[in-house]
Amino acid sequence: MSAMVEVRNVSKVYARGAQQVSVLDGLTLSIASGDFVALMGPSGSGKTTLLNLIGGLDQPTRGEVWVGGTRIDNLSSGALAKWRAAHVGFVFQFYNLMPVLSAIKNVELPLLLTKLGSAERLKRAQVALQLVGLTDRGNHKPKELSGGQEQRVAIARALVSDPQILVCDEPTGDLDRKTADEILTLLQTLNREFGKTIVMVTHDPKAAEYAKYTLHLDKGTLAEQAAA
Amino acid sequence: MSYFGFIWASLWRKKTRAAFTILSLLCAFLLFGLLQSIGAFFTAGADFVGASRLIVQSRVSFTDSLPVRLMPQIERVPGVAAVHHDQWFGGVLGENTQAFAFASNPRTLRVVYPEWVMPEEQWQAFANTRTGAIIGRIIADQYGWKVGDKLPLKSNIFPQKDGSMAWEFDIVGIFDGKDETWQRQTSQIFVNWDYFNEANQFGEGNAGVFVVKLVDVNQADEVAQAIDQLFLNSPDETKTQSEKDFNKGFFAQIGDIGLIVRLILLAVFFTIVILTGNTMAQAVRERIPEMAVLKTLGFSNGQVTALVVAEALLLCLIGGLLGMSLSTLAISGMAKAAPAFFGALAPDPTIWLQAIAAMLLLALVVGLPPALRVARLKIVDALAGR
Repeated sequence: MSAMVEVRNVSKVYARGAQQVSVLDGLTLSIASGDFVALMGPSGSGKTTLLNLIGGLDQPTRGEVWVGGTRIDNLSSGALAKWRAAHVGFVFQFYNLMPVLSAIKNVELPLLLTKLGSAERLKRAQVALQLVGLTDRGNHKPKELSGGQEQRVAIARALVSDPQILVCDEPTGDLDRKTADEILTLLQTLNREFGKTIVMVTHDPKAAEYAKYTLHLDKGTLAEQAAA
Repeated sequence: MSYFGFIWASLWRKKTRAAFTILSLLCAFLLFGLLQSIGAFFTAGADFVGASRLIVQSRVSFTDSLPVRLMPQIERVPGVAAVHHDQWFGGVLGENTQAFAFASNPRTLRVVYPEWVMPEEQWQAFANTRTGAIIGRIIADQYGWKVGDKLPLKSNIFPQKDGSMAWEFDIVGIFDGKDETWQRQTSQIFVNWDYFNEANQFGEGNAGVFVVKLVDVNQADEVAQAIDQLFLNSPDETKTQSEKDFNKGFFAQIGDIGLIVRLILLAVFFTIVILTGNTMAQAVRERIPEMAVLKTLGFSNGQVTALVVAEALLLCLIGGLLGMSLSTLAISGMAKAAPAFFGALAPDPTIWLQAIAAMLLLALVVGLPPALRVARLKIVDALAGR
């Protein structure tokens, strides 16, 4: 199977005042297309930093990041924004929906960046909401939804532009066990039935069990790889 | 959903704050529309007359009269085509409504002011009726007066010989303006100077000012100097200036209208920039994580900048257009309610263009700083709440 993500000898150093903090140190890894990978590790191990690099939200200090055959570590800010819009879906711990927009409009939001007409955008947003089982909640604002429903809307938003890869940062971190399991089952379905590559940061070993395998990070390096 | 729908929804994120900001903008542009129109009204009072006439007044003050016997001497000055004389009557209509009334030479008025248009027989009637008066179309329409009616005009300056301030004239003509600009000035009243001259208590043979029609407008300075030279060191020294300058001086009695308008508007817009700027800055500051999410989804720096500026523009346009619409209504209302004074006050497209330019500028001033802040935002820092 071809590699969806290739991280080659990547280092990331942050400046904290006069101090240089190394978060990732010469990390190399490869994630195949269609994989569902959990990233685990203690706080400060570099999980979210790695996820941000894979999602094109940040750029490494050294090394190369390839996603879907495109080298993204040297793209300009504008090119990276376009690349994200077309190739990556993001799911956050706290959903990060637009509070002023209804569920359906939140899902439609990324499609404003495409050349699709308004009717087509609405149709695709409805399909995405249907996929996450929220057809009947489309006109509700985020504050009128439960946490699990908000996260489903966020997943629909991540899916609506049909990205190759989903990057999820603690997607169940704010949910109870039952709702978390529903969300993880949904992610698993998207991986198995729709072939979406998923990279998920989590602290929760139970959540990691839904992934095909888990990568453990420690102090900016890959500690071990465990099959789920 | 469209971009407009998204911007509209964002604008009303905090409904009360947005409503109050729009209300402030509405008030600012209402003031802008009113004050600019009033400023233009006073300026137009000076501007519309052109430069083809000179006004000769007493050197001491235009409230001092000049003897009418000077008229033939002025007529003989080279470059003078015709001379007319007017006396400010201090007219009052009804209880206490000021009127622009003049005791005017009925034979020379039409010669020096061809801009007033009236049927020939009415001009003849004005010249031949001792108690005759002609009124402008605005006044006629406002009071429903027609030719043949009595004009109950009081003077707050000139009593009749019996001491009465109440005068009665016969309306013998109703004049129009030659074009739209002059139509708006038809709130004036001219009464026959001959009757006024005989009947007023303060003496005969006086005129407030002489109005000189020039042969050649390019000789205005030379003619003015020649007239003043003629009466130099006499008991009736004169000050001669263009009609435009005379009108400006007349309005300057009230104060420097333009400066007053500018100062008020400066204070209003300084306040509105601070207020709206603060609102926009606060609105964007509250939404930093949302802006980071937009950038995460693939919105470019330029697009998020445009979204914030567009929101500021929408805010300014809503408040501004509402304010300007209200000012237009108010101006039309004033012109209808008091046509004698504000008949010439009319909504001015130029002021609308100035207002729209001000709205655009205001939107840039208040929208650009927070928009640039958003553009500079590092996604990972903003998402992490740093």
